[in-house]
Amino acid sequence: MPTFVRTDKCDGCKGGDRTACMYICPHNLMKLDVDGSATGHAMKAYNQEPDQCWECYSCVKICPSNAIEARHYADVVPLGGSVQPLRGQDSIMWSIKFRNGVMKRFKFPIRTTPEGSIDCYGGKPKADLANLGKALLTRDVMGGYRAGNPAELICK
Amino acid sequence: MAGTFGNPEVVQEEVDILIIGGGMAACGAAYEIMPWIGAAKEAGVDITVKLVDKAAMDRSGAVAQGLSAINTYIGPNQDPADYARMVSNDLMGITRDDLAYDLGRNVDDSVHLFEEWGLPIWKTVNGERFDGATWPKEGGKLLKDGGDPVRSGKWQIMINGESYKWIVAEAAKKALGSDNIQERVFIVKLVNDANDKNRVAGAVGFSTREDKVYVYKFKACLLVAGGCVNIFRPRSVGEGQGRAWYPVWNAGSTYTMAAEAGAELTMMENRFVPARFKDGYGPVGAWFLLFKAQATNAYGEVYMTKNKELLNDYPPYGQAAVPASCLRNHLMLKEMKEGRGPIYMDTVTALAKLRETLSPREVKHLEAEAWEDFLDMCIGQCGIWVGENIEPEKKNSELMPTEPYLLGSHSGCCGIWASGPDDVGAPTTEEHPDAALIPAHLPQGWNWGYRSMTTVRGLFTAGDGVGASGHKFSSGSHTEGRMCAQSMVKFVMDNKDWVPTLDTSVEALVEEIYRPVRTFLEHKDYTTAIDVNPHYITPRMLQFRLQKIMDEYVAGVATYYTTNGHMLAVAEEKLGMLKEDAMKMRAKDLHELLRAWENYHRILTAEAHMKHIQFRKESRYPGFYYRMDYNLVDEENWHCFVNSVYDKETKTWTVFKRAHKDLVDKSKLFKPAAH
Repeated sequence: MPTFVRTDKCDGCKGGDRTACMYICPHNLMKLDVDGSATGHAMKAYNQEPDQCWECYSCVKICPSNAIEARHYADVVPLGGSVQPLRGQDSIMWSIKFRNGVMKRFKFPIRTTPEGSIDCYGGKPKADLANLGKALLTRDVMGGYRAGNPAELICK
Repeated sequence: MAGTFGNPEVVQEEVDILIIGGGMAACGAAYEIMPWIGAAKEAGVDITVKLVDKAAMDRSGAVAQGLSAINTYIGPNQDPADYARMVSNDLMGITRDDLAYDLGRNVDDSVHLFEEWGLPIWKTVNGERFDGATWPKEGGKLLKDGGDPVRSGKWQIMINGESYKWIVAEAAKKALGSDNIQERVFIVKLVNDANDKNRVAGAVGFSTREDKVYVYKFKACLLVAGGCVNIFRPRSVGEGQGRAWYPVWNAGSTYTMAAEAGAELTMMENRFVPARFKDGYGPVGAWFLLFKAQATNAYGEVYMTKNKELLNDYPPYGQAAVPASCLRNHLMLKEMKEGRGPIYMDTVTALAKLRETLSPREVKHLEAEAWEDFLDMCIGQCGIWVGENIEPEKKNSELMPTEPYLLGSHSGCCGIWASGPDDVGAPTTEEHPDAALIPAHLPQGWNWGYRSMTTVRGLFTAGDGVGASGHKFSSGSHTEGRMCAQSMVKFVMDNKDWVPTLDTSVEALVEEIYRPVRTFLEHKDYTTAIDVNPHYITPRMLQFRLQKIMDEYVAGVATYYTTNGHMLAVAEEKLGMLKEDAMKMRAKDLHELLRAWENYHRILTAEAHMKHIQFRKESRYPGFYYRMDYNLVDEENWHCFVNSVYDKETKTWTVFKRAHKDLVDKSKLFKPAAH
């Protein structure tokens, strides 16, 4: 299913040379049509290879203008449904519309800490070269090492 | 000087360690490596590192879209040996216990970090389950403090994972620092050392945004560029072909670059054919394990019960409490081939039953949980549901086995032969009748000095790159990346005065990488239609040809996953010509240059897959593929690894056996035959 960009909402990320959707697409699909020669819509983004779209919604979720939606792939899916998110800092809202008009809404948490707040090594031990290759850095503080029953290793 | 499309700028850089890829394994390496680099600096050794990703780390790799579960979490009450046993059985007995065991004992450390960083993990509190943001208010605890995760299976825990990759990437990016990260550069080729052809000294790639070629020199390299998707014709061939089960941007880059550098590959005959919700490829795990749904044929018969006798054809693997994934497909395929399809996931009955036993609050959450399972990781499946008016409590959904995928981190075990831990009793010699056929320059046994190093000096891998293991998933791939980080620091410290020398000139490398561009510019005006030209082939048509060959001759969906020696011989000839024609791919812009190289990587990975299936004269994975000329699991002759090396000069493969050995007792898995 390809994503598509609405002409009435996309502002080309206000004239920068990179749009948010170009920045994020894992498959390099989104492109800014600078002069309108590809789409007839100058300074708006478009999906340049719709049949390579994984429908991951990375562009939909990141678009600051909510200009990107998905039209589920036409060779498989009947028209008329839509699945549209609104991603915030700590949760995501989904609006789901069926072909027959049934509507559903869901909200799910996405993160329990503020974005950008990760303290990588706070409260973690300093690396000691004597342990290099013997134990993960955080083994003694994260409580995740599972030593296992030595008797299980039958060739040791 | 700024480059042009026909004449790119060449950027040369020397670092000590290069990380190729930006997925879970790369992020694990990035997090783990910096403190050890700090410790090395204090000991007088300065180490530089750079991570190069063809996409953006926030949303790159297999977890880009998110996940609804972490599939590898051991917990305090299971033994790493139990995990190694499960991995082995699901992959029909041929896995490296040393790799699985080592992963099992370390993987929870990464999961605990994810939770600290902000990943919401579901918990059970007083017998009721709560999502990852709600349990703190209900008196739940962090996993590391003894919190009780919601198990959707023996090894799986449920998460609210829409931002899983975003969170893990934040830690990796902060750890490395933005100066040490280069996004939107696609590394396409490793370069061996001029003085040691069994060593890597550099890597080359190009920017997908600017006319620039990047040439890196290094002492050590972590190659973690994912598995391989779309070498087989997908079931959807129009717009829907992008809706692959595994990410469409996984192009076999890991396997091809390693093979061309001389690294020994292992179990490339293995593939994964997931049975998933039809067309959208939505996950089935939570439906089977959490919601307790059953899969049936069109007449409501549960094929796993109806066809259980078939499991007795494959002792001992069919007799495990949980039969191998391929055998579950085998039982499903019988129904499809004999005309009792479609296959359905009985969501209606499952949800009705759950409503009977859950608390009112849980029932309220149940519908949301079912939808979130897809929305977190496979939104396209929701697209199918809304388009076809499928509400799971009212209408069952079709299941279907997909086109084949090659990977080493999920329920597959193809990949690169990597050095394992030295403290779990792994063999250090090769003891089997064909040991003399192993090329002499390759190491003996399962560990050779540096954990996770391939058989090429300085080349490390993790995640989908490591073969003969599997079932590491997101958390395990992160953990393997962390192990590699330490090994690479050790390797660089041991080789601190070594200077890399590329065995190919920079000019020749640039010429090779930009060949599709030069081909296009030279011939584009010969015809009026840009895509039809006798002097070149578009990457898109080349991919279609690859998919047609693999689908029709190498056990794709067209033949219900069957092949034989004759069909493989035809495939070999056709793939040979395709590989020649790959030299005539065109690129009309940088985007098409990206596709050209991805498809080159796909071809060599596909060829490895074909060569391994050709060599292994049995059908090790019934349900994933069948060699009809050897349609049995032959424990006597083929309970062994099949490994290979590629010669980039002659463009030929050498395929050989390595001995398998159990390091944990597998008999605990099996029960007497079902009757």
